[in-house]
Amino acid sequence: MNERVLMCGNEALAEAAIVAGCDAYFGYPITPQNEITAYMSERMPQEGRVFVQSESELAAINMVFGAAATGKRAMTSSSSPGVSLMQEGISYLAGAELPAVVVNVMRGGPGLGNIAPSQADYFQATRGGGHGDYRTIVLGPSSVQELADCMPLAFDLADQYRMTVMILADGILGQMMEPVTLDPKPRRPLPPKPWALTGMKDRPQNIVRSLYLADGALEELNNRLMAKYQQIQANEVLCEQYRVEDAEIVIVAYGIVARIARAAVDQARDEGICAGMIRPITLWPFPSDQIAAAAETFRVFLTVEMSCGQMVEDVKLAVAGKCPVLLHGRPGGGVPTTDEVLDKIRQLTIRAGAA
Amino acid sequence: MNTVFKRTSVLKDCPTHYCPGCGHGIAHRLVAEVIDELDIQDRTIGIAPVGCAVLAYNYLDVDMVEVAHGRAPAVATGMKRTNPDKIIFSYQGDGDLAAIGTAEIIHAAHRAERITVIFINNAVFGMTGGQMAPTTMLGQVTATTQQGRNPSNGQGYPLQVSEILALLPGTVYVERCALNGVPGIRRTKAAMKHAFQLQMDDAPGLSLVEVLSPCPTYWRMSPAKAMKWIDEQMSRAFPIARLKG
Repeated sequence: MNERVLMCGNEALAEAAIVAGCDAYFGYPITPQNEITAYMSERMPQEGRVFVQSESELAAINMVFGAAATGKRAMTSSSSPGVSLMQEGISYLAGAELPAVVVNVMRGGPGLGNIAPSQADYFQATRGGGHGDYRTIVLGPSSVQELADCMPLAFDLADQYRMTVMILADGILGQMMEPVTLDPKPRRPLPPKPWALTGMKDRPQNIVRSLYLADGALEELNNRLMAKYQQIQANEVLCEQYRVEDAEIVIVAYGIVARIARAAVDQARDEGICAGMIRPITLWPFPSDQIAAAAETFRVFLTVEMSCGQMVEDVKLAVAGKCPVLLHGRPGGGVPTTDEVLDKIRQLTIRAGAA
Repeated sequence: MNTVFKRTSVLKDCPTHYCPGCGHGIAHRLVAEVIDELDIQDRTIGIAPVGCAVLAYNYLDVDMVEVAHGRAPAVATGMKRTNPDKIIFSYQGDGDLAAIGTAEIIHAAHRAERITVIFINNAVFGMTGGQMAPTTMLGQVTATTQQGRNPSNGQGYPLQVSEILALLPGTVYVERCALNGVPGIRRTKAAMKHAFQLQMDDAPGLSLVEVLSPCPTYWRMSPAKAMKWIDEQMSRAFPIARLKG
């Protein structure tokens, strides 16, 4: 499918996964990502691939674990409460170094929260989420096209680094319709999977495990994982810099919020205010170097997110006290408007002027 | 020299970590012999549970994965659906299958997954120090039922998972055996072989063999007495029977 078509974000994700060679999808219904599961239930069997509606998110992530352990490309999708349930499995995937793709179409929390869009799972996604010392690669697309483009990248990164890649979307991105082109992108060269469980024909036994009882064995694994994470931090950061060059006020926003912030930046520029935006596309690895570089000349940073302030902590870590970092957060399903963001920018201009 | 008996090559030549008199060693050997006799070593993938048998891959020479507590049937589902030509089995204890993994085993059976489950029931959580399991006998003293398991204390009754599973249309074969002596061991092996054979024949559902297995350490008795306890006590709550198929 190379033509430009109108799709909702959830369906674009699903079709992009099929184009990316996803062998198996396992999922449990939860709003606002149900279109993915429904779409996959129809399309995966058509392609001769595997679809299973699981009895829980716990089961879904463990089905992913099973398929991944045999070397297959497997994924699941859910929304916030369901992704909380998956954290056990994601931790085991990290320990066993299995590739997997997990989509979180975030909704409001904590608890059952609501079904409105949210970015309140940023901490959970970028800090690992489950128990133990690990990371997942986290992609934060901001359009339906970017959702689709993230999918082959997610599978490739998962295979290359043998780890979970999470696509962090939200209820708006999942539901909204935009034109999208699903073009299989040129792929990076991927390593073979000699570790996969395929039956021990012509080779000795393979074991996939996360238990390391011998003295020092787990520390060795942790150190090896850490080295891998450092390599990812060095090589895989993606971010967009929009009108940052001469900006006095730099907004940091990701996902759907970046679309709102971009409009606010443009309107501020029309008013003669030098505003710009840094948009992290990989939320982990976080574009800390890019933000640190921007903080070298004095500016004011404004983080805008649909939470009480989670990514703002990463921005502060990157800025390291060199500039003020402020937050405009809308939790619980609240979506910041362009006017709201523009207002914040204007206020900061006055402050910057007074300083 | 005429060889009359040798260790199956599917069982590795290594020292055991199991306690004296434990049933896991016997059960491992039976699984290994069955895989050997059915000639499926090169296409079998095993799933080790959390519990005493977590290190099953140290003994069984087939591709194996170690999974989260109770989730083996979900992992097996992911494996079998993507690899219908492989023989997938899980090896699970009673804590794993009958407590934390109840949802996963019920639903794998309910979906008629074409997998084989070896369910080791020793009426106790072994690895964590002998706590009450759902399969603990009434009156049985464990680390968490020090006065003996008593339903009037809110400790419940022995959970008969195999009987529940046998009711589901998605199971093709459910049998309960016991490692309580040579006849029991032979019967257990035959049951395991049948369960694997059904999967090889692509029978339309899940096959499960429950194995009543001695845990002398946490039953606080000698290995010989533990065998007897299976006969005299355990098989009353858990009757030895071909429950289905």
